[in-house]
Amino acid sequence: MLPRLIPRLEKRQTPSKAMIYLSPLLAIFLTLISSVVLFLIMNVSPLEALHAFFIKPISTIYGLTELAVKATPLVLIGVALSLGFRAGVWNIGAEGQLILGGIFGGATALFFYEKTGFYIIPLILIAGVVGGMLWAGIVAFLRTKFNANEILTSLMLSYVASLLLNLLIHGPLKDPDGFNFPESRLFSDSALLPILYDGTRLHIGAIIALLAVGLGWILLSRTLLGYQIKVTGDAPAAGEYAGFSHSKIIWITLLLSGGVAGLAGAIEVSGPIGQLLPTISPGYGFTAIIVAYVGRLHPVGVLFAGLLLALTYLGGETAQISLKLPIAVTGVFQGLLLFFLLASDVLIHYRIQFGKQGAIA
Amino acid sequence: MPQSSDYLIELKGICKAFPGVLANDDIDLKIKAGEVHALLGENGAGKSTLVKMIYGILKQDAGTIHFNGDLVDIKTPAIARELGVAMVFQHFSLFDSLTVVENISLGMDHSSDLATLADQITELSKRYGLPLDPHRHVYTLSVGERQRIEIIRCLLQEPKLLIMDEPTSVLTPQEVEKLFVTLKRLSEEGMAILYISHKLDEIKALCHNATILRLGKKVGTVSVADESTQSLAAMMMGEELKELKHPEAVELGDTRLEVKDLSLPADDPLGISLRNINLQVRGGEVVGIAGVAGNGQDELLRALNGEQRTLDSIDSIELEGKAVGKLNPNSRRVNFGLASVPEKRLGHGATPDMSLVDNAFLTAYQHLKLLKNGLIDYAKTRQFAEKIIADYGVKTPNSDVPAGSLSGGNLQKFIVGRELSQNPDILVIAQPTWGVDAGAAQTIRQAIRELAAKGAAVLVISQDLDELMEITDRIGAICGGVVSEFYPTSEMSIDKVGMLMAGVSLEEGVSDVA
Repeated sequence: MLPRLIPRLEKRQTPSKAMIYLSPLLAIFLTLISSVVLFLIMNVSPLEALHAFFIKPISTIYGLTELAVKATPLVLIGVALSLGFRAGVWNIGAEGQLILGGIFGGATALFFYEKTGFYIIPLILIAGVVGGMLWAGIVAFLRTKFNANEILTSLMLSYVASLLLNLLIHGPLKDPDGFNFPESRLFSDSALLPILYDGTRLHIGAIIALLAVGLGWILLSRTLLGYQIKVTGDAPAAGEYAGFSHSKIIWITLLLSGGVAGLAGAIEVSGPIGQLLPTISPGYGFTAIIVAYVGRLHPVGVLFAGLLLALTYLGGETAQISLKLPIAVTGVFQGLLLFFLLASDVLIHYRIQFGKQGAIA
Repeated sequence: MPQSSDYLIELKGICKAFPGVLANDDIDLKIKAGEVHALLGENGAGKSTLVKMIYGILKQDAGTIHFNGDLVDIKTPAIARELGVAMVFQHFSLFDSLTVVENISLGMDHSSDLATLADQITELSKRYGLPLDPHRHVYTLSVGERQRIEIIRCLLQEPKLLIMDEPTSVLTPQEVEKLFVTLKRLSEEGMAILYISHKLDEIKALCHNATILRLGKKVGTVSVADESTQSLAAMMMGEELKELKHPEAVELGDTRLEVKDLSLPADDPLGISLRNINLQVRGGEVVGIAGVAGNGQDELLRALNGEQRTLDSIDSIELEGKAVGKLNPNSRRVNFGLASVPEKRLGHGATPDMSLVDNAFLTAYQHLKLLKNGLIDYAKTRQFAEKIIADYGVKTPNSDVPAGSLSGGNLQKFIVGRELSQNPDILVIAQPTWGVDAGAAQTIRQAIRELAAKGAAVLVISQDLDELMEITDRIGAICGGVVSEFYPTSEMSIDKVGMLMAGVSLEEGVSDVA
């Protein structure tokens, strides 16, 4: 007889509701444990490091507002990506769509450089949406017309977007008085998002993100479109049977997530950045994928997950300054979190069983 | 080996549990050499679980197996084969692109050269009336011929016990008869056969004894000769069957569903292309299409309900006299009252991870106006879901459980209930009672007849010939994507329908059936 203490995975009769919510917490816990190990290896006091990472950044009002600033694009994109992921449409290229939104929004801001007016900011935001939609539209077209895998096309288009931005700020969008630095002019005041709290960078983008959470929630839980998205993701054949067009869902979810990512890009350039730079996002579009999953593809969950992942950005910066840790620690944190989350998610459908096989349930 | 027992194989107190279900509860089973023993029970009674333990695929939680009087521990199928147990599965494991002999050689425990093997195959096939050319490629063979490969593969091991898991579910009646001749010959030569089925007439025709299982428990072992089909059915289902009330003849209305020269090439190379299909269903009429699974039934249903548009010939499908080839399932449902029930329940007729309430909404939201100001009216949808559950006796803790957690039969009741509750004008329904318990099957058949009596046109696509003979007015069959002529059911016999299922036209006569 084999030893009876070897744990095995046994399929649950029904998916565990509790584990759906416990799994992210378990993943966070495991991430913290492994980061302690990591800090020990790097000869840094784990307590000090964790304090620098998770407490210090948000121990001031300014720190909290910075958290909101970082969380804004993550939550916005996370909500939109959740809709697509629910439908089984794997848009991995939100980063590229964000960059296109930044390019379109930034170009609009520069076009109205000499002008003042209340209409400029809405135009910038709309341009951002259009830019993101355009980029995601290419993916949708390739998917529905040629059945090209959207994971690959959207990801590859992200690199194209990044190079396109570089091309533009080395060329037509370069600051004419900028001593040939690859960056645009600083936007005029009419092209900058209003600040919500003086002395900080907290801008109205945060409110737009909250609005997106609310709208996303209603869309997903109560509307026909949300229902169609869920059915298409769960059982595409059942969707066809009910008369929901699969390609329509692909188009809608890609345009939606692309448009929102583009909006986030426009918000970034006309908010905290205020000009076009070679890099306008520290990987928000990719991190938002983790946000969507940690948030259980639910808009409200995405809000909390967005704040958590925003903290890893802030914490990485603080740890770099106070402990001389490399900024790559942020990426390690985010990667570990997704890794442990996907591992923990196994427990939604399986349970760990010790001992005899097939005990009577 | 010394014969220390009267029985070839003896199972005692076998128990096997899966999470949430006790699949086998204290089962005894004894089979003598040369005996054809039936294992009888409805879907989910625990038949397959039991034989998987005999064949070493599953391990029992409790109980013993004696083979030839010796206590054995059948850990793997290889051990089972060594003992002399062979099994023909319901689903074949054959490579389409290889020849018969190549396929058989792949499954052998001991290798041998192909030429010798081919000779052995030819010899066995002659001896047992299983015509099979060892050098044909599998993709060119019919389902019946493929089954012969599996049987010969088993016979090559010279087994003492042959297990057959529902071997006739994929065969036409004529193929079934040939199979029975072979099985009887094997039994006369001393081989024990464990024959799993829920078809009572087959068991009457073939088996000596029968062990009946119900809900994982053994009901009893009986001598088949002493029992009638009715008494076997009663033991199997635990209740007497109600006779279907045949409604008085309804005056037929206009043609509501018409298919004219419908041809539809298959999407993928292994799919079935529909060829020149013609059929009409009038209001008040139930028309049946018989056929062995995988002959184009699914493709036909998808063309009729609009999942597969027929853009090349938009007028090949007409509802209420109007060409609908361009319309999607939704417009056909809303404008013409067309409802359909696909054969595959999980993932086609219902979405597994969503609740029954959500699944009730799937096809009913427009007809029952379940959208209010653009938002889903969940209160009303829940009422509808609960009405289906009550009316069709769906066994479920509540309406919030995911559809995937229901048993196949219960989910079938829910899906059929959802479509029938919307009072469709035209209904296309595939395998309406597949896997459903006998009582509920009768409810569904009754509901189908009543729907027709109200003037609806009903097309039933089914593998279950008895069911079709019982509820249809006219009957035809589909074979290889071609639909036969339709004949009044009252003038048809099971044999004649069987010929149609094999693709033989009745006008050409019986001589074509080789």
